[in-house]
Amino acid sequence: MDTVKLYGKFLAIHLKSAMAYRGSFLLSCLGAMLVTANVFLGVVFLMARFETIQGYTLPQLTLGFAVILMATSLAECFARGLDSFSQVLAQAQFDRILVRPRGLLFQLLCQDMKPTMLARVLQAAVMIFFSVRSGAVAWTAAKAAVLALMILCGAAVFFGLFLVNATLCFFTTEGLEVMNIFTDGPREYGKYPFGVYGKPVLLVLTFLVPLALVQHWPLQYLLDRGPGWYGLLPVVSLLFLLPCWGLWRLGVRHYRSTGS
Amino acid sequence: MKQYLSFFRMRLLAGLQYRAAALAGMSTQLVWGTMEVLLYRAFYLESPEKFPMGMEALAAYIWLQQAFLAFFALWHLEPELADSVQQGTVAYELVRPGDLYGMWMARSLALRLSRAALRCLPILLVAALVPAPYGLRLTVSPGTLALFLVSMALMLVLVCAYTMVLYGLGFYLESTNGVRWLSLAAADLLGGAIVPLPFLPEPLRTIAALSPFGSMQNVPLRIYGGDIAGTEIPAAMGLQALWCLLLILAGWILMNRGLRRCVVAGG
Repeated sequence: MDTVKLYGKFLAIHLKSAMAYRGSFLLSCLGAMLVTANVFLGVVFLMARFETIQGYTLPQLTLGFAVILMATSLAECFARGLDSFSQVLAQAQFDRILVRPRGLLFQLLCQDMKPTMLARVLQAAVMIFFSVRSGAVAWTAAKAAVLALMILCGAAVFFGLFLVNATLCFFTTEGLEVMNIFTDGPREYGKYPFGVYGKPVLLVLTFLVPLALVQHWPLQYLLDRGPGWYGLLPVVSLLFLLPCWGLWRLGVRHYRSTGS
Repeated sequence: MKQYLSFFRMRLLAGLQYRAAALAGMSTQLVWGTMEVLLYRAFYLESPEKFPMGMEALAAYIWLQQAFLAFFALWHLEPELADSVQQGTVAYELVRPGDLYGMWMARSLALRLSRAALRCLPILLVAALVPAPYGLRLTVSPGTLALFLVSMALMLVLVCAYTMVLYGLGFYLESTNGVRWLSLAAADLLGGAIVPLPFLPEPLRTIAALSPFGSMQNVPLRIYGGDIAGTEIPAAMGLQALWCLLLILAGWILMNRGLRRCVVAGG
């Protein structure tokens, strides 16, 4: 309980510090939204020409895009401390974290947040709203619950990816740009349901980095193209966090300070 | 001229040192290219008749775009130059014997060339091995290849001239972030980074083609694929040259007028 309270305090601090430069904050939000709006426009233009892709209509694609967008934005906002972990290591701040009487991850998450990303969460919410209104999905209470599950578990998978990314810094000190393939890539290519990219991609994203479990498969259920148990697959994706956590523990044990 | 050339050579050699970063960037670009080709393949398999350009030309466009991303990446500004006015380091630049515009231009050209040189070959090689029509066709006529190269050179100058305009604006604005974001968004959309220009709906397609962004990657990549051919080539390349001249002039004026009123405090 105490932990939750402390986290709330940190959250308030980060929001406050972002709002201290209100103009700059709003401009950053606008910039972040402009980038995704552009990507979405790309989808709109292609759909204007082709009308459907593998049976999906534009509102249905929008739903899949919004799920990934919201999941990754939530993770980017609240797991920013992992994203900037290479700096923490390079400046030897991790030593300070190690001596404090709180969980390591908890401190890292509190230390840095990126409220700008909440603008994208809002953007994704607007996309979902329009998708719902256009009648892309025959909604039931169960489907709404699955949608929420997709977003939350998606954020968890992205969190796991950021954790792996941060862990690798223990071994390389510098961040590994290659990891962009799995962090920036899905955000960019999640604009279409992952099945569109063909079987091999879908297999990788189902069994290796389980992002298809929070987007492609449950989307089939939402659109009545697959059985009901597809809707529960997001829960399975949480298993991904176990190896991520194990790797992190390994990294912490491997840690050697960089500074004096 | 000789001093700019040697400055160019210096920056080129410096840029060629970052090999590990290039390796990482390369693998990312390969995955990006693959995903992009897979995406358009899905559309192509479903309704090839709705394609505004051949699949082979599109594949060439995508692979060349990834191979030479360092040329087209407008977001890649040198913070050292972009923030030099705000931080006052521009004073050091002014001590150097030579025109500021010329030196920064040489530096920008060298940076992009060195980044692309380190990355392009492996990507081109892999792309050439991908089966048709999804790979990069290497058999183009010598004439087309020559036109492609000239157009690429024009594009490189244009991109650098464009970044110079942004650096030049640094003399007048407290922060160039706003301008950068807006122009980046416009460039992504109008330059053919989000979707190639032929896929844009009218009238946006015409507007994009006439804008300076449409004279960047759009022209050489489509010349290579044969999508811009015949009499369209001189028109497109003429427009490229025109935008080069205009942007160089704009950047030069912005910078020199800015320098005249620029005050550096501190010692």
